[in-house]
Amino acid sequence: MSYLAAIRPILRKSRDNKTIVVCSSILLLIAAVALIGPLLSPHHYARTDFGSPFMLPSGSHWHLFGTDSLGRDLFVRTLLGVKVTLFVAIIASGVSLGIGVAYGAIAGYVGGRVDAVMMRAVDALYALPFIFFVILLMVVFERNFLLIFVAIGAINWLDMARIVRGQTLSLKRREFVDAARLIGVSTPGIILRHITPNLFGVVVVYMTLTIPQAILVESLLSFLGLGVQEPQTSLGALVNGGLSNMERAPWLLLIPAIVLALILLCFNFLGDGLRDVVDPKKKI
Amino acid sequence: MSLLEVKDLSIRYADSAQPAVNNLSFAVEAGQSLGIVGESGSGKTQTAMAVLGLLPANANTGGSIRFDGQEFLGATPEVLNRYRACRIAMVFQDPGAALNPYVRIGDQLRRILLEHKICKSSEARERTLKILKRVGLPDPERQYGVFPHQLSGGMRQRAMIGAALLGEPDLLIADEPTTALDVTVQAQILSLLRELRSQSNTALLLITHDLGVVAGNCDQMLMMDGGQLLEEGPTEEIFAAPSNDRTARLIATAPRINVPARTTPLPAGTAPIVEIDNVSVSFRERSSSGKKQLDAVRPLSFTVAPGETVAIVGESGSGKTSLAKAIVGLIPMRSGAVSYAGEKLPGRVQSRRNEIRRQLQMVFQDPVTSLNPAMRVADIVAEPISIHEPKKKKAERERNVNEMLRHVGLGLDLRERFPHELSGGQAQRVAIARALVIRPKVLICDEAVAALDGTIQSDILHLLQAEQADSGLSLVFITHDLSVVRQISHRVLVLYMGRVCEVATNNRLFKRPQHPYSKAMISSVAVPDPHVKPEDVPVVGEVSSILNPPPGCPFHPRCQHAVARCSEQIPEMESAGGGSVACFRANELDLSY
Repeated sequence: MSYLAAIRPILRKSRDNKTIVVCSSILLLIAAVALIGPLLSPHHYARTDFGSPFMLPSGSHWHLFGTDSLGRDLFVRTLLGVKVTLFVAIIASGVSLGIGVAYGAIAGYVGGRVDAVMMRAVDALYALPFIFFVILLMVVFERNFLLIFVAIGAINWLDMARIVRGQTLSLKRREFVDAARLIGVSTPGIILRHITPNLFGVVVVYMTLTIPQAILVESLLSFLGLGVQEPQTSLGALVNGGLSNMERAPWLLLIPAIVLALILLCFNFLGDGLRDVVDPKKKI
Repeated sequence: MSLLEVKDLSIRYADSAQPAVNNLSFAVEAGQSLGIVGESGSGKTQTAMAVLGLLPANANTGGSIRFDGQEFLGATPEVLNRYRACRIAMVFQDPGAALNPYVRIGDQLRRILLEHKICKSSEARERTLKILKRVGLPDPERQYGVFPHQLSGGMRQRAMIGAALLGEPDLLIADEPTTALDVTVQAQILSLLRELRSQSNTALLLITHDLGVVAGNCDQMLMMDGGQLLEEGPTEEIFAAPSNDRTARLIATAPRINVPARTTPLPAGTAPIVEIDNVSVSFRERSSSGKKQLDAVRPLSFTVAPGETVAIVGESGSGKTSLAKAIVGLIPMRSGAVSYAGEKLPGRVQSRRNEIRRQLQMVFQDPVTSLNPAMRVADIVAEPISIHEPKKKKAERERNVNEMLRHVGLGLDLRERFPHELSGGQAQRVAIARALVIRPKVLICDEAVAALDGTIQSDILHLLQAEQADSGLSLVFITHDLSVVRQISHRVLVLYMGRVCEVATNNRLFKRPQHPYSKAMISSVAVPDPHVKPEDVPVVGEVSSILNPPPGCPFHPRCQHAVARCSEQIPEMESAGGGSVACFRANELDLSY
């Protein structure tokens, strides 16, 4: 009940914020096209057509974005890339929301030795050189789509845990937490009912800012050839493929790159807009 | 022509429907002292800011402000700067925030002299030292070179007053100059202002919420409410016969130290419900010289009887809040124990039985931060019920919540509100409802009315007293405000630097205090009555640092009755005349009124 209560004023204010409305509309539109588009197109993302490589974007044969070096339809492949990218975004936010918030709130509220141990563990994970860590995973377990998500998830909740812990430290000194202890609320009750609902603003803002990070990491891995495997693809892998044919068919690079940039920009602006809305100095 | 003439002043902000100040007119004559009195949101500070041209850019002003013939509204900063510091100066509420923390006190003052070309740079240092001496900073040579944080609050405010007086202004504007200070220091600063004004012909515009401060310091006064002028005239006449209903109510509800208490009499011979036995609290402070132990509360004992109100009064650093938190178990005690109805309680609130936890409840100082901002009023009040009576049906729980809200004087239309949508008084009522809904036997109020305006303060005190008369609730009332103590308590504990100075019944303490500190505090209180002349300097100095307490009696450096023994030995509590007191000279001194 108090979670809903915390969200509602943010939603109400978001409606009046142009940035938020525009960015979330664009993102929803992209997601809708990515889900529906492939069903309407006559092409399949994996079907090669050696007779028509490097076709220019045109309406003929429904190659809206043209074809790549193997004659595969870029429109369908870009939409597949968007799907993978948004999937990464959902996983990243899910992991940082689930693990990060719980971890940070517990460490911050319980404090003392528990806090010290929990946060040193976070520091240790931070210290892992991420790319080497992923390469190592690839070598041991072979290339695996799932592994990418595990790797991205593993680093993404760390920032969130730190932010949430810091926020919890200041919240737990507020008098309403003392009041809750006095009326007999248990420690889990205080964390669930009194601490986390008040973290909501910070968490939402921070989540929209970690999503682009996760997307970038996935693109980087795919660009390096460590990501998804052919014929599956992601926007990063498409940009990589486009790069090798840049002189001959620049649209193979430009179209996925523009879509990727658009998604990243929308998430970033969305984060900025939400930060204005939940600014603690203004009343929500 | 008046020195300052304000005509039809109105101040409006684009984002609010109500004007902050509406058609206000008044005048200050040379050498006169005018008090502007009002509760929060009355527009008194906005008025002062407008006079100095310090309003934010989004304020729309109308009317006219003339100082010595010059129009100030709409004047350029260059014009205003010719008047600021030299002709008109200001003292702000919080001296800590008004001084630049990175610049030495002396340099800050010297810069004012140079910036406004008040004197030659060769004379500036000399002149700064002279003013520091005049405002009563001991050892001006040394204070010249210290940073603001090295001074106590009272000394900082003295330095601010010095800074304001550098240019020998014709008008001094003081915005709540003593609100952030302890009561004994407030008396010193007000007396300094009176003394300085008697030496020069400076006019004073004193902005305050405290009718006591106006009564003792201003010839003329102006009552404001919600941006409107209620009444103006000579202070004595307004206090004697207010013509406006609202003014009359404000004056009538102002807490007075010279009026006897209106408490319900206690049944004799009941066993105490709460016993505090040798409780002490200390914190470890990390300082540059390693870890240090800070003794916030030295071992002390007292009891609370059923239906009794015990007031614990003290200035900042007296340990009163630490004591309250230790009693309810929010912070650990260093020694001693708290017993409830004869049963010794564990130190931490988490280890106490639910049945006991329910009996000891607390109301905090800041009503807004003591309510969870993400919960609605109805849920806040319902939470204690669902914890202590989990079997209760939802409908019955809701009925209890509604009864409780009505009981504390809140309409049921507030049920769905969030704390930030409530006024301070409403929020404190919700906090009280949350504490009372599980019918505790003891309620600890930590400065529960300090953040509230005068009339609301009085409403909340009435509410608590009514509850006590109804249900025999015991109250432990922690406060720095002696007027509040006078109104509601049966017994009073006077704390100074973590030690009890005196325990006495209400009437006895205010008629015949036995400890010099009790007497000093009582004499420092500003009485809202123009016929009571404020005492000049009831007590010198300020509370010593709790990290380096003076040897012997902690009060001896400020005590005018101190003898050699006071600085060597710590006096024990001894019962005397119906109470007890910790002073070697309690028997010889007669401090009664």
